[in-house]
Amino acid sequence: MRLDLQVIPKWIVAHSRVLDLGCGDGKLLQTLQHQKNVNGLGIEIDPDYINQCIANGVNVVEQDLNKGLKNFKDNSFDTVLMTHALQTLRYPHRVIDEMLRIGKQCVVTFPNFGHWRCRWYLGQHGRMPVSKFMPYNWYDTPNIHFCTVKDFEALCAQKHIKILDSTVIGHGSQQSLFEKRWPNLFGVTAVYHITK
Amino acid sequence: MSVHLATAGSVGIVKPQTQHFDQPIELACGRTLENYDIVYETYGALNKSGSNAILICHALSGHHHAAGKHHPDDRKPGWWDEYIGPGKPIDSSQFFIVSLNNIGGCHGSTGPTTINPQTGKAWQHDFPILRCRDWVNTQRELMKALGIVQWAAVIGGSLGGMQAMRWALEYPDDLRHCIVIASALKLSAQNIAFNEIARQAIYADPNFHNGYYLDHGVTPKKGLGLARMVGHITYLSENGMKQKFGRNLKTGNFGIGTEEEVEFQVESYLRYQGNVFSDRFDANTYILMTKALDFFDLAREYNDDPVYAFSHAKCSFLVLSFTSDWRFAPARSREIVNALISAGRPVSYGEIEADFGHDAFLIHNDRYRHMLGAYIERIAGEIGQCA
Repeated sequence: MRLDLQVIPKWIVAHSRVLDLGCGDGKLLQTLQHQKNVNGLGIEIDPDYINQCIANGVNVVEQDLNKGLKNFKDNSFDTVLMTHALQTLRYPHRVIDEMLRIGKQCVVTFPNFGHWRCRWYLGQHGRMPVSKFMPYNWYDTPNIHFCTVKDFEALCAQKHIKILDSTVIGHGSQQSLFEKRWPNLFGVTAVYHITK
Repeated sequence: MSVHLATAGSVGIVKPQTQHFDQPIELACGRTLENYDIVYETYGALNKSGSNAILICHALSGHHHAAGKHHPDDRKPGWWDEYIGPGKPIDSSQFFIVSLNNIGGCHGSTGPTTINPQTGKAWQHDFPILRCRDWVNTQRELMKALGIVQWAAVIGGSLGGMQAMRWALEYPDDLRHCIVIASALKLSAQNIAFNEIARQAIYADPNFHNGYYLDHGVTPKKGLGLARMVGHITYLSENGMKQKFGRNLKTGNFGIGTEEEVEFQVESYLRYQGNVFSDRFDANTYILMTKALDFFDLAREYNDDPVYAFSHAKCSFLVLSFTSDWRFAPARSREIVNALISAGRPVSYGEIEADFGHDAFLIHNDRYRHMLGAYIERIAGEIGQCA
Protein backbone atom coordinates (compact mmCIF):
# COMPACT_ATOMS: atom_id res chain seq x y z
CA MET A 1 0.00 0.00 0.00
CA ARG A 2 1.19 3.52 -0.76
CA LEU A 3 2.52 5.14 2.37
CA ASP A 4 0.35 8.24 2.08
CA LEU A 5 -2.69 6.00 2.25
CA GLN A 6 -1.63 4.98 5.75
CA VAL A 7 -1.50 8.55 7.00
CA ILE A 8 -4.87 9.75 5.71
CA PRO A 9 -7.38 7.56 7.62
CA LYS A 10 -6.58 9.24 10.95
CA TRP A 11 -8.04 12.51 9.61
CA ILE A 12 -11.28 10.93 8.45
CA VAL A 13 -14.34 10.91 10.70
CA ALA A 14 -16.25 7.62 10.89
CA HIS A 15 -19.48 7.45 8.85
CA SER A 16 -18.65 10.70 7.06
CA ARG A 17 -19.06 11.43 3.36
CA VAL A 18 -15.83 11.28 1.41
CA LEU A 19 -15.10 12.29 -2.18
CA ASP A 20 -11.84 11.07 -3.72
CA LEU A 21 -10.71 12.96 -6.83
CA GLY A 22 -8.62 10.82 -9.13
CA CYS A 23 -9.29 7.79 -6.95
CA GLY A 24 -7.34 5.30 -9.10
CA ASP A 25 -8.21 1.70 -8.27
CA GLY A 26 -10.19 2.84 -5.23
CA LYS A 27 -7.91 1.28 -2.61
CA LEU A 28 -7.96 4.36 -0.37
CA LEU A 29 -11.76 4.59 -0.38
CA GLN A 30 -11.99 0.84 0.13
CA THR A 31 -9.71 1.17 3.18
CA LEU A 32 -11.79 4.08 4.52
CA GLN A 33 -15.00 2.13 3.93
CA HIS A 34 -13.63 -0.79 5.94
CA GLN A 35 -11.91 1.16 8.70
CA LYS A 36 -14.26 4.12 9.04
CA ASN A 37 -17.51 3.07 7.41
CA VAL A 38 -17.45 6.15 5.23
CA ASN A 39 -19.92 6.83 2.45
CA GLY A 40 -17.39 7.16 -0.33
CA LEU A 41 -17.44 8.29 -3.93
CA GLY A 42 -14.51 8.23 -6.31
CA ILE A 43 -13.95 10.32 -9.43
CA GLU A 44 -11.79 8.72 -12.08
CA ILE A 45 -11.23 8.95 -15.81
CA ASP A 46 -9.28 5.76 -16.58
CA PRO A 47 -11.57 2.89 -17.67
CA ASP A 48 -9.37 0.17 -16.13
CA TYR A 49 -9.21 1.98 -12.80
CA ILE A 50 -12.99 2.47 -12.92
CA ASN A 51 -13.51 -1.28 -13.31
CA GLN A 52 -11.07 -1.96 -10.47
CA CYS A 53 -12.98 0.45 -8.23
CA ILE A 54 -16.21 -1.38 -8.95
CA ALA A 55 -14.54 -4.73 -8.26
CA ASN A 56 -13.20 -3.26 -5.01
CA GLY A 57 -16.70 -2.27 -3.95
CA VAL A 58 -16.07 1.43 -4.43
CA ASN A 59 -18.60 3.68 -6.15
CA VAL A 60 -16.96 5.64 -8.90
CA VAL A 61 -18.11 8.26 -11.37
CA GLU A 62 -16.30 8.86 -14.64
CA GLN A 63 -15.46 12.54 -14.83
CA ASP A 64 -12.56 14.68 -16.03
CA LEU A 65 -11.26 16.85 -13.20
CA ASN A 66 -9.90 19.30 -15.77
CA LYS A 67 -13.46 20.03 -16.91
CA GLY A 68 -14.51 21.30 -13.50
CA LEU A 69 -16.54 20.05 -10.56
CA LYS A 70 -19.57 22.33 -10.90
CA ASN A 71 -21.89 19.33 -10.52
CA PHE A 72 -20.90 19.07 -6.84
CA LYS A 73 -22.68 21.32 -4.38
CA ASP A 74 -21.02 23.51 -1.73
CA ASN A 75 -20.14 21.63 1.47
CA SER A 76 -21.77 18.47 0.16
CA PHE A 77 -18.93 16.23 1.39
CA ASP A 78 -17.23 16.04 4.78
CA THR A 79 -13.84 15.39 3.23
CA VAL A 80 -12.53 15.76 -0.30
CA LEU A 81 -9.34 13.85 -1.02
CA MET A 82 -6.92 14.10 -3.88
CA THR A 83 -3.90 11.85 -3.75
CA HIS A 84 -1.15 12.17 -6.34
CA ALA A 85 -3.33 13.91 -8.90
CA LEU A 86 -2.53 17.59 -8.21
CA GLN A 87 0.54 17.55 -10.45
CA THR A 88 -1.43 16.11 -13.38
CA LEU A 89 -4.04 18.87 -13.50
CA ARG A 90 -4.19 21.70 -16.00
CA TYR A 91 -5.11 24.25 -13.30
CA PRO A 92 -4.25 22.73 -9.91
CA HIS A 93 -5.10 25.91 -7.99
CA ARG A 94 -8.62 26.00 -9.38
CA VAL A 95 -9.22 22.39 -8.42
CA ILE A 96 -8.01 23.15 -4.88
CA ASP A 97 -10.54 26.02 -4.74
CA GLU A 98 -13.24 23.61 -5.86
CA MET A 99 -12.20 21.00 -3.30
CA LEU A 100 -12.48 23.56 -0.51
CA ARG A 101 -15.89 24.62 -1.79
CA ILE A 102 -17.24 21.06 -1.94
CA GLY A 103 -15.63 19.66 1.21
CA LYS A 104 -15.58 20.87 4.78
CA GLN A 105 -11.99 19.64 4.91
CA CYS A 106 -9.58 18.40 2.28
CA VAL A 107 -6.55 16.18 2.02
CA VAL A 108 -4.03 16.72 -0.78
CA THR A 109 -0.95 14.64 -1.47
CA PHE A 110 1.67 15.23 -4.13
CA PRO A 111 5.20 14.17 -5.01
CA ASN A 112 7.64 16.72 -3.63
CA PHE A 113 9.81 18.04 -6.43
CA GLY A 114 12.01 19.72 -3.82
CA HIS A 115 13.40 16.35 -2.72
CA TRP A 116 17.19 16.31 -2.68
CA ARG A 117 17.35 13.60 -5.36
CA CYS A 118 15.45 15.82 -7.82
CA ARG A 119 17.69 18.74 -7.01
CA TRP A 120 20.77 16.57 -7.28
CA TYR A 121 19.64 15.00 -10.58
CA LEU A 122 18.90 18.37 -12.13
CA GLY A 123 22.11 19.86 -10.74
CA GLN A 124 24.31 16.95 -11.72
CA HIS A 125 22.82 16.01 -15.11
CA GLY A 126 21.21 19.28 -16.07
CA ARG A 127 18.18 17.29 -17.16
CA MET A 128 14.68 16.71 -15.82
CA PRO A 129 14.77 14.01 -13.14
CA VAL A 130 13.73 10.50 -14.15
CA SER A 131 13.53 7.95 -11.37
CA LYS A 132 11.61 4.88 -10.27
CA PHE A 133 9.28 7.25 -8.48
CA MET A 134 8.88 9.61 -11.46
CA PRO A 135 9.53 7.33 -14.40
CA TYR A 136 8.45 9.64 -17.25
CA ASN A 137 10.34 11.74 -19.72
CA TRP A 138 9.55 15.45 -19.71
CA TYR A 139 7.61 15.22 -22.98
CA ASP A 140 5.30 12.33 -22.15
CA THR A 141 4.76 12.80 -18.45
CA PRO A 142 1.21 13.14 -17.11
CA ASN A 143 2.79 15.24 -14.34
CA ILE A 144 2.60 18.69 -15.87
CA HIS A 145 2.59 20.82 -12.71
CA PHE A 146 5.27 19.69 -10.30
CA CYS A 147 5.66 21.68 -7.11
CA THR A 148 7.64 21.56 -3.90
CA VAL A 149 6.52 21.58 -0.28
CA LYS A 150 7.41 25.27 -0.11
CA ASP A 151 5.51 26.05 -3.31
CA PHE A 152 2.38 24.41 -1.97
CA GLU A 153 2.58 26.26 1.34
CA ALA A 154 3.07 29.53 -0.51
CA LEU A 155 -0.10 28.84 -2.49
CA CYS A 156 -1.99 28.07 0.73
CA ALA A 157 -0.78 31.33 2.26
CA GLN A 158 -1.74 33.29 -0.83
CA LYS A 159 -5.25 31.77 -0.85
CA HIS A 160 -5.67 31.99 2.95
CA ILE A 161 -6.05 28.23 3.13
CA LYS A 162 -5.66 26.84 6.66
CA ILE A 163 -3.22 23.96 7.03
CA LEU A 164 -4.66 21.76 9.78
CA ASP A 165 -1.86 19.24 9.62
CA SER A 166 0.85 18.15 7.27
CA THR A 167 3.52 15.56 6.98
CA VAL A 168 5.99 14.22 4.48
CA ILE A 169 6.81 10.64 3.76
CA GLY A 170 10.23 9.46 2.74
CA HIS A 171 11.39 6.16 1.42
CA GLY A 172 11.08 4.27 4.72
CA SER A 173 8.00 3.07 6.51
CA GLN A 174 8.75 5.40 9.46
CA GLN A 175 9.23 9.13 9.21
CA SER A 176 12.88 9.91 9.81
CA LEU A 177 14.23 12.90 11.74
CA PHE A 178 15.58 14.30 8.48
CA GLU A 179 12.12 14.30 6.92
CA LYS A 180 10.67 15.95 9.99
CA ARG A 181 13.36 18.61 10.17
CA TRP A 182 13.76 19.30 6.44
CA PRO A 183 10.54 18.15 4.74
CA ASN A 184 11.20 19.99 1.50
CA LEU A 185 14.56 18.28 1.15
CA PHE A 186 13.78 14.77 2.36
CA GLY A 187 10.05 14.35 1.82
CA VAL A 188 9.18 12.20 -1.19
CA THR A 189 5.44 12.62 -0.80
CA ALA A 190 3.80 15.59 0.89
CA VAL A 191 0.47 15.15 2.65
CA TYR A 192 -1.63 18.18 3.59
CA HIS A 193 -4.80 18.35 5.62
CA ILE A 194 -6.42 21.68 4.75
CA THR A 195 -9.59 23.69 5.17
CA LYS A 196 -10.86 27.11 4.16
CA MET B 1 -35.79 -23.42 -19.66
CA SER B 2 -33.80 -26.49 -20.60
CA VAL B 3 -30.49 -26.23 -18.81
CA HIS B 4 -29.01 -29.28 -20.52
CA LEU B 5 -29.30 -27.59 -23.91
CA ALA B 6 -27.40 -24.54 -22.81
CA THR B 7 -24.09 -24.15 -24.61
CA ALA B 8 -21.26 -22.07 -23.17
CA GLY B 9 -22.38 -18.46 -22.95
CA SER B 10 -25.91 -19.14 -24.10
CA VAL B 11 -29.00 -19.81 -22.03
CA GLY B 12 -29.92 -22.35 -24.73
CA ILE B 13 -33.47 -23.05 -25.82
CA VAL B 14 -36.04 -21.04 -23.90
CA LYS B 15 -39.81 -21.19 -23.78
CA PRO B 16 -41.95 -18.12 -23.15
CA GLN B 17 -44.55 -18.42 -20.40
CA THR B 18 -47.76 -16.55 -19.74
CA GLN B 19 -48.97 -15.31 -16.38
CA HIS B 20 -52.63 -14.34 -16.16
CA PHE B 21 -53.73 -11.68 -13.67
CA ASP B 22 -57.38 -11.42 -12.56
CA GLN B 23 -56.92 -8.56 -10.13
CA PRO B 24 -57.98 -5.33 -11.91
CA ILE B 25 -55.24 -2.73 -12.19
CA GLU B 26 -55.85 0.99 -12.19
CA LEU B 27 -53.78 2.78 -14.81
CA ALA B 28 -52.20 6.22 -14.66
CA CYS B 29 -54.67 7.47 -17.28
CA GLY B 30 -57.58 6.72 -14.92
CA ARG B 31 -58.86 3.67 -16.78
CA THR B 32 -58.78 0.16 -15.34
CA LEU B 33 -57.63 -3.09 -16.91
CA GLU B 34 -59.95 -5.75 -15.51
CA ASN B 35 -57.50 -8.54 -16.23
CA TYR B 36 -54.35 -8.98 -18.26
CA ASP B 37 -51.68 -11.42 -19.37
CA ILE B 38 -47.94 -10.96 -19.17
CA VAL B 39 -45.68 -13.07 -21.37
CA TYR B 40 -42.21 -13.58 -19.95
CA GLU B 41 -39.08 -15.70 -20.08
CA THR B 42 -36.71 -16.62 -17.28
CA TYR B 43 -33.06 -17.63 -17.41
CA GLY B 44 -31.23 -19.29 -14.51
CA ALA B 45 -32.69 -20.45 -11.21
CA LEU B 46 -34.20 -18.58 -8.28
CA ASN B 47 -32.31 -19.26 -5.03
CA LYS B 48 -34.04 -20.38 -1.83
CA SER B 49 -34.17 -16.92 -0.30
CA GLY B 50 -35.62 -15.44 -3.50
CA SER B 51 -32.89 -12.81 -3.53
CA ASN B 52 -31.01 -13.44 -6.77
CA ALA B 53 -33.59 -12.21 -9.28
CA ILE B 54 -32.84 -9.63 -11.94
CA LEU B 55 -35.56 -7.86 -13.89
CA ILE B 56 -34.88 -6.83 -17.47
CA CYS B 57 -37.04 -3.91 -18.65
CA HIS B 58 -37.27 -3.63 -22.41
CA ALA B 59 -37.10 -0.53 -24.57
CA LEU B 60 -39.39 0.84 -27.28
CA SER B 61 -39.44 -2.13 -29.62
CA GLY B 62 -38.26 -4.83 -27.24
CA HIS B 63 -40.08 -7.82 -25.79
CA HIS B 64 -39.68 -10.79 -23.48
CA HIS B 65 -37.29 -12.73 -25.70
CA ALA B 66 -33.99 -11.27 -24.45
CA ALA B 67 -31.69 -14.31 -24.55
CA GLY B 68 -31.32 -17.78 -26.03
CA LYS B 69 -33.37 -19.16 -28.87
CA HIS B 70 -36.89 -20.54 -29.13
CA HIS B 71 -35.86 -23.12 -31.73
CA PRO B 72 -32.37 -24.42 -32.47
CA ASP B 73 -32.67 -23.17 -36.05
CA ASP B 74 -33.72 -19.60 -35.09
CA ARG B 75 -31.63 -17.21 -37.15
CA LYS B 76 -30.98 -14.87 -34.24
CA PRO B 77 -31.04 -15.21 -30.44
CA GLY B 78 -32.92 -12.83 -28.11
CA TRP B 79 -32.31 -9.08 -28.34
CA TRP B 80 -29.85 -8.89 -25.41
CA ASP B 81 -28.15 -12.25 -25.83
CA GLU B 82 -24.82 -10.43 -26.06
CA TYR B 83 -25.08 -9.58 -22.36
CA ILE B 84 -27.33 -12.28 -20.83
CA GLY B 85 -26.22 -15.86 -20.34
CA PRO B 86 -23.95 -18.12 -18.30
CA GLY B 87 -20.64 -16.33 -17.78
CA LYS B 88 -21.94 -13.17 -19.46
CA PRO B 89 -22.26 -9.84 -17.58
CA ILE B 90 -25.88 -10.61 -16.62
CA ASP B 91 -24.92 -14.08 -15.52
CA SER B 92 -27.69 -16.70 -15.64
CA SER B 93 -25.50 -19.15 -13.70
CA GLN B 94 -25.67 -16.81 -10.69
CA PHE B 95 -28.96 -15.00 -11.17
CA PHE B 96 -32.59 -15.72 -11.93
CA ILE B 97 -33.27 -13.36 -14.81
CA VAL B 98 -36.81 -12.31 -15.66
CA SER B 99 -37.58 -10.68 -18.99
CA LEU B 100 -41.12 -9.78 -19.91
CA ASN B 101 -43.19 -8.20 -22.62
CA ASN B 102 -44.81 -5.11 -21.11
CA ILE B 103 -48.56 -4.65 -21.31
CA GLY B 104 -49.41 -2.56 -24.33
CA GLY B 105 -46.82 -4.59 -26.25
CA CYS B 106 -47.49 -6.78 -29.25
CA HIS B 107 -45.65 -9.98 -28.42
CA GLY B 108 -48.29 -11.80 -26.40
CA SER B 109 -48.90 -9.62 -23.36
CA THR B 110 -52.23 -7.80 -23.19
CA GLY B 111 -52.11 -4.92 -25.65
CA PRO B 112 -53.72 -3.32 -28.69
CA THR B 113 -53.68 -6.58 -30.69
CA THR B 114 -55.23 -8.78 -27.96
CA ILE B 115 -58.94 -9.21 -27.36
CA ASN B 116 -60.80 -6.73 -25.19
CA PRO B 117 -63.06 -9.05 -23.12
CA GLN B 118 -65.75 -6.36 -23.00
CA THR B 119 -66.14 -6.10 -26.78
CA GLY B 120 -64.86 -9.50 -27.91
CA LYS B 121 -62.72 -7.65 -30.48
CA ALA B 122 -59.08 -6.58 -30.50
CA TRP B 123 -58.47 -3.42 -28.44
CA GLN B 124 -56.59 -1.63 -31.22
CA HIS B 125 -56.54 2.16 -30.79
CA ASP B 126 -58.85 1.93 -27.76
CA PHE B 127 -56.15 0.32 -25.64
CA PRO B 128 -55.42 2.68 -22.74
CA ILE B 129 -52.45 5.02 -23.11
CA LEU B 130 -49.85 3.81 -20.65
CA ARG B 131 -47.14 5.40 -18.55
CA CYS B 132 -43.91 3.87 -17.26
CA ARG B 133 -45.48 3.48 -13.84
CA ASP B 134 -48.17 1.20 -15.28
CA TRP B 135 -45.44 -1.12 -16.49
CA VAL B 136 -43.67 -0.98 -13.14
CA ASN B 137 -46.94 -1.77 -11.33
CA THR B 138 -47.67 -4.76 -13.56
CA GLN B 139 -44.05 -5.93 -13.38
CA ARG B 140 -44.47 -5.92 -9.61
CA GLU B 141 -47.51 -8.19 -9.89
CA LEU B 142 -45.37 -10.60 -11.91
CA MET B 143 -42.64 -10.34 -9.26
CA LYS B 144 -45.12 -11.43 -6.58
CA ALA B 145 -46.48 -14.23 -8.75
CA LEU B 146 -42.94 -15.58 -9.24
CA GLY B 147 -42.18 -15.55 -5.50
CA ILE B 148 -39.43 -12.95 -5.75
CA VAL B 149 -38.84 -11.16 -2.45
CA GLN B 150 -36.61 -8.38 -3.72
CA TRP B 151 -34.91 -7.76 -7.06
CA ALA B 152 -31.14 -8.01 -6.79
CA ALA B 153 -31.25 -5.55 -9.67
CA VAL B 154 -33.65 -3.94 -12.09
CA ILE B 155 -31.89 -3.26 -15.39
CA GLY B 156 -33.03 -1.33 -18.43
CA GLY B 157 -31.68 0.51 -21.45
CA SER B 158 -33.37 3.58 -22.94
CA LEU B 159 -37.11 3.38 -22.15
CA GLY B 160 -36.18 0.36 -20.01
CA GLY B 161 -33.89 2.57 -17.94
CA MET B 162 -36.82 4.88 -17.28
CA GLN B 163 -38.77 1.91 -15.89
CA ALA B 164 -35.80 0.91 -13.74
CA MET B 165 -35.59 4.44 -12.26
CA ARG B 166 -39.35 4.48 -11.69
CA TRP B 167 -39.00 1.21 -9.77
CA ALA B 168 -36.42 2.85 -7.49
CA LEU B 169 -38.89 5.61 -6.61
CA GLU B 170 -42.18 3.69 -6.52
CA TYR B 171 -40.99 0.58 -4.69
CA PRO B 172 -37.73 1.58 -2.99
CA ASP B 173 -37.62 -1.52 -0.79
CA ASP B 174 -38.09 -3.93 -3.67
CA LEU B 175 -34.73 -3.55 -5.39
CA ARG B 176 -31.10 -3.49 -4.25
CA HIS B 177 -29.64 -2.07 -7.45
CA CYS B 178 -30.90 -0.02 -10.35
CA ILE B 179 -28.92 -0.20 -13.59
CA VAL B 180 -29.78 2.58 -16.02
CA ILE B 181 -28.23 2.35 -19.49
CA ALA B 182 -28.42 5.04 -22.19
CA SER B 183 -31.45 6.67 -20.62
CA ALA B 184 -32.67 10.07 -19.41
CA LEU B 185 -34.69 11.79 -16.69
CA LYS B 186 -37.02 12.93 -19.46
CA LEU B 187 -36.98 13.32 -23.22
CA SER B 188 -35.76 16.49 -24.86
CA ALA B 189 -37.90 18.47 -27.31
CA GLN B 190 -35.77 17.03 -30.13
CA ASN B 191 -36.55 13.51 -28.97
CA ILE B 192 -40.28 14.19 -28.77
CA ALA B 193 -40.08 15.73 -32.24
CA PHE B 194 -38.60 12.54 -33.71
CA ASN B 195 -41.31 10.48 -32.04
CA GLU B 196 -43.99 12.75 -33.45
CA ILE B 197 -42.63 12.32 -36.98
CA ALA B 198 -42.80 8.56 -36.45
CA ARG B 199 -46.42 8.79 -35.30
CA GLN B 200 -47.40 11.10 -38.14
CA ALA B 201 -45.92 8.63 -40.61
CA ILE B 202 -48.24 5.98 -39.19
CA TYR B 203 -51.30 8.27 -39.10
CA ALA B 204 -50.69 9.25 -42.73
CA ASP B 205 -50.87 5.66 -43.97
CA PRO B 206 -54.27 5.17 -45.67
CA ASN B 207 -54.42 1.75 -44.00
CA PHE B 208 -54.33 3.29 -40.52
CA HIS B 209 -58.14 3.75 -40.30
CA ASN B 210 -57.87 5.87 -37.15
CA GLY B 211 -56.10 3.00 -35.44
CA TYR B 212 -58.81 0.40 -36.14
CA TYR B 213 -57.01 -1.19 -39.07
CA LEU B 214 -57.43 -4.75 -37.81
CA ASP B 215 -61.21 -4.32 -38.27
CA HIS B 216 -60.42 -3.72 -41.95
CA GLY B 217 -58.07 -6.67 -42.20
CA VAL B 218 -55.06 -4.46 -43.00
CA THR B 219 -52.06 -2.91 -41.25
CA PRO B 220 -50.41 0.49 -41.83
CA LYS B 221 -47.24 -1.27 -42.91
CA LYS B 222 -45.84 1.58 -44.97
CA GLY B 223 -46.35 4.14 -42.23
CA LEU B 224 -44.89 1.92 -39.53
CA GLY B 225 -41.93 1.08 -41.76
CA LEU B 226 -41.28 4.77 -42.35
CA ALA B 227 -41.59 5.45 -38.60
CA ARG B 228 -38.97 2.80 -37.97
CA MET B 229 -36.65 4.21 -40.63
CA VAL B 230 -36.70 7.62 -38.97
CA GLY B 231 -36.20 6.06 -35.56
CA HIS B 232 -33.41 3.85 -36.80
CA ILE B 233 -31.35 6.80 -38.03
CA THR B 234 -31.55 8.35 -34.59
CA TYR B 235 -30.33 5.13 -32.96
CA LEU B 236 -27.15 5.14 -35.06
CA SER B 237 -24.36 7.70 -35.15
CA GLU B 238 -23.05 9.55 -38.17
CA ASN B 239 -19.70 7.84 -37.78
CA GLY B 240 -21.31 4.42 -37.28
CA MET B 241 -23.29 4.83 -40.52
CA LYS B 242 -20.16 6.01 -42.29
CA GLN B 243 -18.31 2.89 -41.15
CA LYS B 244 -21.15 0.55 -42.01
CA PHE B 245 -22.33 1.99 -45.33
CA GLY B 246 -20.21 4.90 -46.40
CA ARG B 247 -21.42 5.96 -49.85
CA ASN B 248 -21.34 2.40 -51.10
CA LEU B 249 -23.84 1.53 -53.79
CA LYS B 250 -26.16 -1.44 -53.68
CA THR B 251 -27.02 -1.17 -57.36
CA GLY B 252 -26.12 1.06 -60.32
CA ASN B 253 -23.14 3.32 -60.86
CA PHE B 254 -22.32 6.92 -61.66
CA GLY B 255 -20.66 6.24 -65.01
CA ILE B 256 -21.37 8.86 -67.65
CA GLY B 257 -23.85 7.65 -70.16
CA THR B 258 -25.67 5.16 -67.94
CA GLU B 259 -29.25 5.51 -66.85
CA GLU B 260 -29.19 2.57 -64.48
CA GLU B 261 -30.95 3.38 -61.24
CA VAL B 262 -28.61 4.11 -58.37
CA GLU B 263 -29.30 2.84 -54.89
CA PHE B 264 -27.06 3.49 -51.91
CA GLN B 265 -26.44 0.70 -49.39
CA VAL B 266 -27.86 2.86 -46.62
CA GLU B 267 -31.16 3.30 -48.50
CA SER B 268 -31.54 -0.39 -49.03
CA TYR B 269 -30.62 -1.13 -45.41
CA LEU B 270 -33.12 1.34 -43.97
CA ARG B 271 -35.93 0.09 -46.20
CA TYR B 272 -35.12 -3.48 -45.21
CA GLN B 273 -35.19 -2.53 -41.51
CA GLY B 274 -38.49 -0.72 -41.96
CA ASN B 275 -39.97 -3.69 -43.80
CA VAL B 276 -38.87 -6.34 -41.33
CA PHE B 277 -40.03 -4.23 -38.42
CA SER B 278 -43.47 -3.46 -39.83
CA ASP B 279 -44.04 -7.18 -40.44
CA ARG B 280 -43.57 -8.07 -36.78
CA PHE B 281 -44.61 -4.97 -34.87
CA ASP B 282 -47.97 -3.36 -34.24
CA ALA B 283 -48.50 0.31 -35.14
CA ASN B 284 -50.77 1.02 -32.15
CA THR B 285 -48.12 -0.42 -29.83
CA TYR B 286 -45.53 1.79 -31.52
CA ILE B 287 -47.70 4.85 -30.91
CA LEU B 288 -48.31 3.81 -27.31
CA MET B 289 -44.62 3.18 -26.60
CA THR B 290 -43.46 6.46 -28.14
CA LYS B 291 -46.06 8.34 -26.09
CA ALA B 292 -44.95 6.60 -22.90
CA LEU B 293 -41.43 7.80 -23.74
CA ASP B 294 -42.61 11.36 -24.38
CA PHE B 295 -44.71 11.51 -21.21
CA PHE B 296 -42.02 10.16 -18.91
CA ASP B 297 -40.61 12.75 -16.53
CA LEU B 298 -39.05 11.16 -13.48
CA ALA B 299 -39.29 14.24 -11.26
CA ARG B 300 -42.67 15.63 -12.40
CA GLU B 301 -44.45 14.71 -9.19
CA TYR B 302 -41.41 15.57 -7.07
CA ASN B 303 -41.56 19.35 -7.61
CA ASP B 304 -39.64 18.86 -10.87
CA ASP B 305 -36.60 18.26 -8.70
CA PRO B 306 -34.66 15.09 -9.61
CA VAL B 307 -32.61 15.36 -6.40
CA TYR B 308 -35.78 15.33 -4.30
CA ALA B 309 -37.11 12.48 -6.46
CA PHE B 310 -34.01 10.34 -5.94
CA SER B 311 -34.01 11.07 -2.21
CA HIS B 312 -36.91 8.57 -2.11
CA ALA B 313 -34.75 5.78 -3.53
CA LYS B 314 -32.95 3.29 -1.30
CA CYS B 315 -31.01 1.26 -3.85
CA SER B 316 -27.58 1.74 -5.40
CA PHE B 317 -27.23 2.85 -9.00
CA LEU B 318 -25.08 2.10 -11.99
CA VAL B 319 -25.50 4.52 -14.88
CA LEU B 320 -23.92 3.95 -18.29
CA SER B 321 -23.90 6.03 -21.45
CA PHE B 322 -22.24 5.84 -24.86
CA THR B 323 -20.13 8.59 -26.39
CA SER B 324 -21.77 8.57 -29.84
CA ASP B 325 -25.36 8.27 -28.56
CA TRP B 326 -27.09 11.52 -29.49
CA ARG B 327 -30.65 10.29 -28.93
CA PHE B 328 -29.91 9.66 -25.23
CA ALA B 329 -26.65 11.57 -25.00
CA PRO B 330 -24.10 11.16 -22.18
CA ALA B 331 -25.17 14.61 -20.95
CA ARG B 332 -28.63 13.16 -20.16
CA SER B 333 -27.03 10.35 -18.15
CA ARG B 334 -24.86 12.84 -16.30
CA GLU B 335 -28.04 14.64 -15.22
CA ILE B 336 -29.17 11.38 -13.63
CA VAL B 337 -25.76 10.88 -12.00
CA ASN B 338 -25.54 14.43 -10.67
CA ALA B 339 -29.02 14.22 -9.16
CA LEU B 340 -28.07 10.92 -7.51
CA ILE B 341 -24.85 12.40 -6.09
CA SER B 342 -26.73 15.40 -4.72
CA ALA B 343 -29.34 13.07 -3.25
CA GLY B 344 -26.54 11.15 -1.53
CA ARG B 345 -27.34 7.90 -3.30
CA PRO B 346 -24.54 5.43 -4.06
CA VAL B 347 -23.82 5.70 -7.79
CA SER B 348 -21.26 4.58 -10.31
CA TYR B 349 -21.08 5.98 -13.82
CA GLY B 350 -19.22 5.13 -16.97
CA GLU B 351 -19.18 6.86 -20.34
CA ILE B 352 -18.41 4.09 -22.79
CA GLU B 353 -16.47 4.92 -25.94
CA ALA B 354 -18.62 3.48 -28.73
CA ASP B 355 -19.34 4.21 -32.37
CA PHE B 356 -22.82 2.81 -32.70
CA GLY B 357 -24.96 5.55 -31.22
CA HIS B 358 -27.93 4.66 -29.06
CA ASP B 359 -27.88 1.08 -30.38
CA ALA B 360 -24.48 0.63 -28.66
CA PHE B 361 -26.29 -0.62 -25.58
CA LEU B 362 -27.19 -3.80 -27.47
CA ILE B 363 -23.86 -4.35 -29.21
CA HIS B 364 -20.64 -6.02 -28.12
CA ASN B 365 -18.20 -3.61 -26.52
CA ASP B 366 -15.33 -4.73 -24.28
CA ARG B 367 -15.43 -1.86 -21.85
CA TYR B 368 -19.23 -1.97 -21.51
CA ARG B 369 -19.03 -5.71 -20.93
CA HIS B 370 -16.33 -5.40 -18.27
CA MET B 371 -17.95 -2.57 -16.39
CA LEU B 372 -21.44 -4.05 -16.35
CA GLY B 373 -19.95 -7.45 -15.51
CA ALA B 374 -17.85 -6.07 -12.64
CA TYR B 375 -20.86 -4.32 -11.17
CA ILE B 376 -23.12 -7.35 -11.40
CA GLU B 377 -20.37 -9.56 -9.98
CA ARG B 378 -20.34 -7.21 -7.00
CA ILE B 379 -24.10 -7.70 -6.60
CA ALA B 380 -23.56 -11.47 -6.68
CA GLY B 381 -21.04 -11.06 -3.86
CA GLU B 382 -23.52 -9.01 -1.81
CA ILE B 383 -26.42 -11.41 -2.10
CA GLY B 384 -24.04 -14.32 -1.48
CA GLN B 385 -23.20 -12.74 1.86
CA CYS B 386 -26.87 -12.26 2.71
CA ALA B 387 -28.04 -15.74 1.69
